[in-house]
Amino acid sequence: MIRMILPLAVFLALVGLLVVGLQTAEDRKLVASPLIGQPVPAFTLPGLHDPTELRNSREMVGQPWILNVWGSWCWACRVEHPYIERLGREAGVPLVGFNWKDERDDALEWLRRFGDAWTFHMVDFEGRAAIDLGVYGAPETFLIDHQGVIRHKHIGPVDAAIFDDLMRRIIQLRSEAEA
Amino acid sequence: MRGTDLPELRQILSKALLLAVLIPGLLLASAIEPLPFRSEVEERRFRALAEEIRCTVCQNQSLADSDAPLAQDLRRELFALLQDNRSDMEIREFMVSRYGEFVLYRPPLARHTLLLWAGPIVLLLGSLVGVVIVIQRRRRALAS
Repeated sequence: MIRMILPLAVFLALVGLLVVGLQTAEDRKLVASPLIGQPVPAFTLPGLHDPTELRNSREMVGQPWILNVWGSWCWACRVEHPYIERLGREAGVPLVGFNWKDERDDALEWLRRFGDAWTFHMVDFEGRAAIDLGVYGAPETFLIDHQGVIRHKHIGPVDAAIFDDLMRRIIQLRSEAEA
Repeated sequence: MRGTDLPELRQILSKALLLAVLIPGLLLASAIEPLPFRSEVEERRFRALAEEIRCTVCQNQSLADSDAPLAQDLRRELFALLQDNRSDMEIREFMVSRYGEFVLYRPPLARHTLLLWAGPIVLLLGSLVGVVIVIQRRRRALAS
């Protein structure tokens, strides 16, 4: 009896493993950031519109904020742009642009053409601060709470569903800040 | 098929042969840019670390293989850390604290990776025990 059941059990276990593996294949491509639950790394970067104006990642402490990594070279950033604009208008918290490995002129031209709903932009031309943030591709969107702790990270373009999810999380962070 | 097809075919084949000769050379060419290493040991450490750290944008390539801009940035960072006299452990920790354990091609031996590391050995020992049991049973059956 065991001789009959055992191979079948092994076979079914393998099938189960395959099914689970196939279903989670997309999730495994996304690298969960070890920075979630950690304070946002401290870095100072020049602004985009005014390069002489230095911006610090800790200056927002006291209120929740959104950090959005983008570049004019980044095709998916154009795709998510309408939703990022909506975040800038509807989220009620600062939306900081993290202009990553871009050229200033290209970035400014991109904003002129598509719209600029960000509160301000930081420029990381070299990509060093991006390494501290664990950025590995644009666009990426971080949610940071009023204590400066990274609470959520979305990798890839924001679409309608992601926008709703981000808005829910931001409302939660805002109520935490007010409590 | 007309006879005139043959020279064209030959031309195609010779082009394919040329590519076959050239492509391996291109693949062997390393993505690593020349860097001013202080010693041969440092260069070897750099290469070893770049081989074992995954490029997270191009997930099936190491830092040493990849031409992606992020891989270039990470190699520059790796070089700076070596210049700063950090140990291999510290450099791995630097990468893991930013990109997660996923960046290591060789996962660390920890409780949550125990099955990964011990699994093959357990399977091998288990099947050996199974084989021994089957052989003994058959021997006993033959003897009786």
